Amino acid sequence: MIYLDYQATAPLAPESREAMLPWLGGPETMGFANPHSPHRPGRAAAAAVEVAREQVAALLPPGGRVIFTSGATEAINLAMAGSGARHFAVSAIEHAAVLDTARVLDPAMQVIPADGEGLVHLDTAITQATGLVAVMQVNNEIGTVQPVEEWAERAHAAGALFLCDAVQGAGKLAPPGNADMIAVSAHKLYGPKGIGALWLRDGLEIAPLIHGGGQEQGLRSGTLSPALCSGFGAAAALAKARMEADAALAEDLWRRARAILSRWTLNGSATRRWHGNLNLRLEGLDVARLMSDLRDIAFSAGSACASGSGRPSHVLRALGLSDKEAKTSIRLGFGRYTAPGDLEDACARIDAAAAAQGV
Amino acid sequence: MRSERTYLDHAATTPLLPAAREAWLQGTDIWANPSSPHAPGRAARAALEEARARVKAAVGWEGEVVFTSGASEALALAIGRSKMPLAAVSGVEHDSVLRLAGDAVRLDVDMGGRVASGNAAHAGLVAVQQVNSETGVVQDLVSIAEAVRSAGGVLLADCAQGAGKCALPDADLIAVSAHKFGGPIGIGALLVRDWNLLHPTGGQERGYRPGTENLPGALAMAAALEAGRDWLTEAARLRVLLEQAITGAGGEVVAAGAERLPVISSYRMPRKPANVQLIRFDAMGIAVSAGSACSSGSLKTSHVLQAMNYPHPAEVIRVSIGRETTEAQIDRFAAAWKEIAGAGVKA
Repeated sequence: MIYLDYQATAPLAPESREAMLPWLGGPETMGFANPHSPHRPGRAAAAAVEVAREQVAALLPPGGRVIFTSGATEAINLAMAGSGARHFAVSAIEHAAVLDTARVLDPAMQVIPADGEGLVHLDTAITQATGLVAVMQVNNEIGTVQPVEEWAERAHAAGALFLCDAVQGAGKLAPPGNADMIAVSAHKLYGPKGIGALWLRDGLEIAPLIHGGGQEQGLRSGTLSPALCSGFGAAAALAKARMEADAALAEDLWRRARAILSRWTLNGSATRRWHGNLNLRLEGLDVARLMSDLRDIAFSAGSACASGSGRPSHVLRALGLSDKEAKTSIRLGFGRYTAPGDLEDACARIDAAAAAQGV
Repeated sequence: MRSERTYLDHAATTPLLPAAREAWLQGTDIWANPSSPHAPGRAARAALEEARARVKAAVGWEGEVVFTSGASEALALAIGRSKMPLAAVSGVEHDSVLRLAGDAVRLDVDMGGRVASGNAAHAGLVAVQQVNSETGVVQDLVSIAEAVRSAGGVLLADCAQGAGKCALPDADLIAVSAHKFGGPIGIGALLVRDWNLLHPTGGQERGYRPGTENLPGALAMAAALEAGRDWLTEAARLRVLLEQAITGAGGEVVAAGAERLPVISSYRMPRKPANVQLIRFDAMGIAVSAGSACSSGSLKTSHVLQAMNYPHPAEVIRVSIGRETTEAQIDRFAAAWKEIAGAGVKA
């Protein structure tokens, strides 16, 4: 099996797994305590959580705090609902977590269009009375890198808060230093599933969604998992240390894959892009058939969450592709643990299987 | 930290069971996204559905199971997405419920911490916990469910402390947390009698809980539930010994006359503030708590004891027994209790 779906989820880094083990202890270790208990084992667990918080914070701008959540979806919900904003402006290529939440909170939300390159250009005026603007850092389907710092400025000039979904960018690119809130997910940066975080600029007050024990400064109740926090922290520290190496690897993999799939059309900008994502289309391609012909290559036809639905991708439509074109597109995602030879083999087989379809 | 420490705070969290740890580790090898349609994604989906079926079988639940990050989220989901608005909550609920209760009716409890079922008859969502996290008092949910349903209401039972330790009640919505019964922290579930009780949110979990699923957590939760609850017989015996020692040394059992889960109890040490007791026990290598873990850092007066009109809430600590608790540990605790209590009693 060759796994080429790094935007859906990335493999768990061995270092992250290792960091979790001490906190998955049985009674012989005390490595199981509730980090909110004031007794000694509880304090040790709390200390591990705080180490992890620092490690995650190191991927995010200075001058803010990290609130652990169960993942980015919860972080985005917390940011959008908790901000108290009533009117939202969100880009057309946001993840469903942002689009769906905005639609629930503000059925008349403003959708900021993207251009044919998959970039959310700055020529759209933000509607008056907008309380929160959300533009993602790196698109999950096509990998395009958005001008988020400029969007944060635009939001602030309009008197609105700026939320950045940095799920696909965190640990890979520098964070937008002037955002007000940033949502991240551990399992997209080689950490465990079940944990993410919302970064909040100092001084910004939001209301919680989950109430109870008052953990996370009252912003997110629920017992924190020292194991998941430590796994997230270790993955964040590794991503920070390897940021250049991971980016160089992605560049190399991208060039190899692009060379083999040179007759395919690239969806989204080639340059303003995280190069661990290759989203391509080929006229007349039957993607379902391609997938069933290549069962030992794991790739996708869009985001994992929407992939079961059979609907054409809202991101590709936002780029101006017709439904027909969108349905001839595939997404290849690769990264730290992808062997160059495996990627080349997979690309050659994808191209051959497409040729066998007569396209 | 070594095992000579005596951990009697299992209601805050209890050690991960070896079978749960094993399941968790195996789950980390199935790391694909369960929503991905490719082969590894489908394998992850199959494992997730297997975990769900095993959870249902282990607790004997025939309705739906929505995996969440824990009980707090499950309760927020139940209350936030219920089609029926929250009409009434008991005064001894966890803060996860009380903080969302708004102007819902507060159901009084008696001095034993129990809700009178007649008071629970409301034609809306009614939240009454199964087992109190501080006193271990078990509510009569059979009668309460009957009263709620005859009034046309829906019963939400917070079973965070009871699940895995006693049979689930016949409620319509049930919140559970894995780390209270030997599963990992970070996973729980909302059990739903019928999808029709909730407004969907879209996304994963049949559209009731968006976000990539925590598969290792779900597998470990199932394994922990399957470990069974035979150990409660021994726990009940240990508690009898514990309470004989405490009452023999001048201590008092809170809600002694009520039905209590044999593993969670609150005790009063007369004239000794709870924070002083905690510091002394901690220094002697014994982990206990004052009220729930979430509020114990704050040393606020327990709202549970206040709701019961308990006269000395500031002198009460919680002791909770787990699967691994031994008679030697109970003896050690009893000896420490006598020492701390004796030091404070002026002859």
